[in-house]
Amino acid sequence: MEEQQENLIPVYIMGKRYMVPPSLTIMKAMEYAGYTLIRGVGCRGGFCGACATTYRIKGDPKLYFGLACQTVVEPDMYLAQIPFFPAQRASYDITEMKPTPATFFSTYPELLRCLGCGACTKACPQDLDVRAYMAAGMKGDIAEMADLSFDCIMCGLCAARCPAEEAQYNVAILARRLYGRYLAPRSEHLKERLEEIEAGEFDAQLQELKQLSRDELVEEYETRDIEPEEGE
Amino acid sequence: MNGYPAEMQESIKRVEATRMRRIDETHPRMPMKERERVLDQYHPDYIDEKMRAVRVGVSKGQRMPLEMADIVEGRPHVSPDFDLDDPRTETDVLIIGGGGAGASAALLAQENGAEVIVTTKLRFGDANTMMAQGGIQAADRPNDSPAIHYLDVIGGGHFTNDPDLVEALVADAPFVINWLEGLGMMFDKEPDGTMVERHGGGTSRMRMHSARDYSGAEIMRTVRDEVRNREDGIRVIEFSPAVELVLDDEGHVAGAIVMNLETKSYAYIKAKAVVMATGGGGRLHFQGFPTTNHYGATADGVVMAYRAGAELGYLESMQYHPTGAAFPEQILGQLVTEKTRGLGAQPVNKHGEQFVYPLEPRDVEAAAFIRECQERDNGVVTLTGQPGVWLDSPMIEIIHGSGTIEANLPAMVRQFKRFGIDITQEPMLVYPTLHYQNGGVRLEPDGSTEIPGLFIAGEVSGGVHGHNRLMGNSLLEVTVFGRRAGRSAADYARDVALGQPNLAHVKAWNDELDEAGVDTGVTSPILLPDYTRQT
Repeated sequence: MEEQQENLIPVYIMGKRYMVPPSLTIMKAMEYAGYTLIRGVGCRGGFCGACATTYRIKGDPKLYFGLACQTVVEPDMYLAQIPFFPAQRASYDITEMKPTPATFFSTYPELLRCLGCGACTKACPQDLDVRAYMAAGMKGDIAEMADLSFDCIMCGLCAARCPAEEAQYNVAILARRLYGRYLAPRSEHLKERLEEIEAGEFDAQLQELKQLSRDELVEEYETRDIEPEEGE
Repeated sequence: MNGYPAEMQESIKRVEATRMRRIDETHPRMPMKERERVLDQYHPDYIDEKMRAVRVGVSKGQRMPLEMADIVEGRPHVSPDFDLDDPRTETDVLIIGGGGAGASAALLAQENGAEVIVTTKLRFGDANTMMAQGGIQAADRPNDSPAIHYLDVIGGGHFTNDPDLVEALVADAPFVINWLEGLGMMFDKEPDGTMVERHGGGTSRMRMHSARDYSGAEIMRTVRDEVRNREDGIRVIEFSPAVELVLDDEGHVAGAIVMNLETKSYAYIKAKAVVMATGGGGRLHFQGFPTTNHYGATADGVVMAYRAGAELGYLESMQYHPTGAAFPEQILGQLVTEKTRGLGAQPVNKHGEQFVYPLEPRDVEAAAFIRECQERDNGVVTLTGQPGVWLDSPMIEIIHGSGTIEANLPAMVRQFKRFGIDITQEPMLVYPTLHYQNGGVRLEPDGSTEIPGLFIAGEVSGGVHGHNRLMGNSLLEVTVFGRRAGRSAADYARDVALGQPNLAHVKAWNDELDEAGVDTGVTSPILLPDYTRQT
């Protein structure tokens, strides 16, 4: 038991010291310390952005950022989670918009206040170049902003750090939705398939399959042809 | 990078040594007879002592994992005397759950004229939908058809699926893709607009649409953004999970009791119709497995709907995803997307040899991994004793060219890089992880149940996938049935006149538990798993 105790390391959860095993993520360390998490926890897999965390290490002036579910504790870590961060979000009807720079600037006029300081990029736990996508936005390049911001999990750390009071992630999702709806090339085969289904072209096939006995279905299934993998 | 300890690096060298030879070798698919044998011997669903029949309620006798049975037979949060005279608020359609199904239902209910409230346990969008990486199936290429998709779904599900539900799933699929694109979702496309589509386990055509490996996140954030744009018609209440349905004196749904998760106070939300879209139960950790699921996945909807009298089905069947991370310990059980295999990465054992076709249906693939480790002792065992097999991701770069992994699997690259593992150069160690609840509340293709006014959508339901779901059919399910349930609930709410709300079913439930002498010691739904250290 004592030996195990020696392996524990000190961390400071909102200023209070706890001894935790060094292999844990920040999230599991908080639970180990006895916290039942409600805020600051979501998917626990690095996809939802609920557990944005900021921390310092004793003696190190640098401010660090991470996701609590993806970051392993270090000795003398001072932790604070950001349970909620208020951010400006425009309300819009995507079907009534044009995918132009003007739409962009009128929906989020504060976009043009960006100083290009890069505090957002430093804070991003996804290692996105937030400053670069904001720069693309200021140029009115919706496609580039959509592409560069694609891996955003909307955790809000960028907005929390921004001296120009931007809500980068909300601007970015507008870019992606404008791109997806208006600028991405259309899929002809999808359009044709919708017309075929609406004309009832597959109804008979489906009804026929639904009538089959289990043995007949197994037979159909086992003998169905399988499209080769790419490259084969 | 140096994320792997020396012992594991020895085995990695063997994987590297066989890699170029394996590029041209495909392990044969498993014949049906062998599939059955492997499942019977190695799949967790087939371990009798880990399952039991539920002892009370309309589906008495339904087998399910012990952990699920304990909460299904649990005691209610609120007393039957809870005061319903003064609802906190009222609406036409109450949607329980803020994931992909709930958000889709909200949009369609609102479009069909209903006033909508979405109530959700954590934040809006904290759901398994957000975490789904690989993609969404839809038969929209010329060599494919809804009928071929149907056959893949039924065969993958071991021919036990509800045919009407499968028909709805495959016939709506191309429309859902079109709907999502109209909302501004960014699918992976060729420059001419052709969808990039790949195989998933058990597919006979390449019909897996994706958005890098953030497919579910891209769906979730897009539909969520749209819900937020309709704040006049849709109210979202976060950190307020439902704990009990309310019925009226005719047995119609009349809303739900929700709990403020932070203040622990309860309130009645009166509604003419309810869409149950609470997702699955991976956080119940059946048989001690780790899970890919989000924190709130505790099968609440199964508990609530069952107590109100809805039938359950297929709950003896859980999906263990073959490729959960087995190393490092910090991400144990987290998803390694099936798209990794779709792109060409082979599962190989500690000797660097293939032992299974890479894209069998998930249950078969998972059982084959367990067999390789347990029966044949060909797994790699980590320092913490966790077994696993290699997933040889660097093959992808050789097959499709350098940079393919970074472009197609950025989430995976990021996940492993945080722990010093470069998956473009090094394989990943994987082992089956609890991923999806195949069964749940029975439903009709329009989302309705035998309880008037109760509609069901998404993972909480049972029947669509039979006893095994294929990759890419859950993002499809949440959108197809979310839309259907939302539309149906709005139509129903338009005409229904509610009687006196009551909790007679809660009293009847307590009485039945007492009479049967059932006491599992659990208050359910449990809402959150308890991960605090037990001292």
